[in-house]
Amino acid sequence: MPGRLRRRGRPPAAVLLITPSLVFMTALFLWPLVVGIAQAFGGPDGPTTAYVRRMVDDPYFWQATRDTALLIVVLIPLQFALALTMALLLRERPKFAGLHFYIWVVPLAISDLAAGLVWLSIFTDRGYLNSVLDHLGIGSYSWLSFENPSTMFLAVVVAELWRSTSLVLVIVVAGLQGVPRDYDEAAAVFGATYRQRLRYVILPQLRPSLQVALILRTILALEAFAVAQALTGRNFPLLVGETYQWYYTLQNPNVATAIALVVLTLSIVAAVGYLRVMRQRPEMKG
Amino acid sequence: MRSRLWVQVGCIALTLFMGIPIYLIALAALSSRKSLNQFPLPLSPTRLSGETMSTFLRSTGIVGGLLNSLTIGLSTVVLALVIGLPAGYAVSRYAFRGRDPYQIVLLLTRALPIVVLSVPLARIFLDTGLYDTTYGVTLLHTALALPTTILITSAIFLGVSREQEEAAMIFGASPLTAFVRIVVPQALPGIAASAIFTFVLSWNEVLGASILTLNRRTLPAQVFATLADSPLAFRFAGGLALVLPALIFIAVVRRYLLNMWSTTLR
Repeated sequence: MPGRLRRRGRPPAAVLLITPSLVFMTALFLWPLVVGIAQAFGGPDGPTTAYVRRMVDDPYFWQATRDTALLIVVLIPLQFALALTMALLLRERPKFAGLHFYIWVVPLAISDLAAGLVWLSIFTDRGYLNSVLDHLGIGSYSWLSFENPSTMFLAVVVAELWRSTSLVLVIVVAGLQGVPRDYDEAAAVFGATYRQRLRYVILPQLRPSLQVALILRTILALEAFAVAQALTGRNFPLLVGETYQWYYTLQNPNVATAIALVVLTLSIVAAVGYLRVMRQRPEMKG
Repeated sequence: MRSRLWVQVGCIALTLFMGIPIYLIALAALSSRKSLNQFPLPLSPTRLSGETMSTFLRSTGIVGGLLNSLTIGLSTVVLALVIGLPAGYAVSRYAFRGRDPYQIVLLLTRALPIVVLSVPLARIFLDTGLYDTTYGVTLLHTALALPTTILITSAIFLGVSREQEEAAMIFGASPLTAFVRIVVPQALPGIAASAIFTFVLSWNEVLGASILTLNRRTLPAQVFATLADSPLAFRFAGGLALVLPALIFIAVVRRYLLNMWSTTLR
């Protein structure tokens, strides 16, 4: 068969090679998407907004939307600062850099469920954090109780920060490898302080990496749910967790799909929004 | 000199922040139920015991879940490579019409949350008999892994010299033989790294596997389903069981991590 492909020329060969992937993605991306829209907006007798109204009438939906937004707004700046710090520390070639890097990227392969369970052992009432506080004679605190929403939120942020910063770190370190040290050293020779070099030499060259990381992380943060479920049950509802609730506990796939479509819309809005802002920025700079 | 010191201090502090939670979940999962009931909990590994882990492994659905996870993970790796490798090769070697839109579609699928696919797929799988089978979950995981597989493998094939492949064909090798004998050996480390990432994705995926199955759950789906009504010791053991493979995976692919990212970014 390959011999025949060659005689027909290159383009058909390429088309044949990508056809399986196109068929597969149509069947598993496009088809479910169409079925999903039909599920969310199609009732037994024609189009309906009943499911969307049920979704909007549920107070959990609005709390989940608020919590998801709050998590993204707090988490992402923190984790970019953390990842940049880590990457810049590694650039200074510390001792045992390989070991540090290994420990810092391990969470890359840890699921948000596992991260939730890991931090549950720390934040739970009779867990390790309270044990340490008790040893120090400070006494313990109910970090994950719904009566303490701020520490509950803090626990989710810390667990997500711990888990998901490694992705940003890998992207930033890979980006830093593309930044020639000469520029940085030249700036230093001419008397630029570290802060100036960071602001005018390193960060501008990292911009493409940071943009990719920002889009990816925002989309992924919209999908987080198991970490909050493992730490707080339903006390800190997130949008995807609500989909699961509607699908599983309330046995209503239609409302579940409606919420899923909200998540999809937010992902697309975030991605398109970032891309537009980023495309405009260079023009403004000239 | 002082700033060198601060770099070391900073690195050690961050390594403690990232490493201590892993130490603690291992400590919790390897403590006996009796010492987990103590308060304050002991912080040093003086009384380790396999009791909690073995109770976890003997619980209903855990060994089955482990086997399902392995089956689905390995099938996903194979299927994603079978479909993804040819496509990645086409993208790297041929300038065909529609290549740019094709790559953009691949990137766009990353914006498609798993949850949007899972619930309708459950409907579709119920109709086609794939619901609650390992095949159904494999299909979903392959769909999730495929775009990344194509992008990564196309970047890997770009790094394999075209000339050697053509030389082999001049000496009479068919394109397929040239691909298998010349290209694959050179691309193998990168392909292996991409395969490990596919496996990790499948191993870690909770939501889709939970929605698409009832009895044939993967390990994370099983742990997640019983989360609310299981004792803390069970949850800690589950946490360690899910974290342990991560330590191994990352140790294996650490060297390729940065290369993979810098090539897919371009």
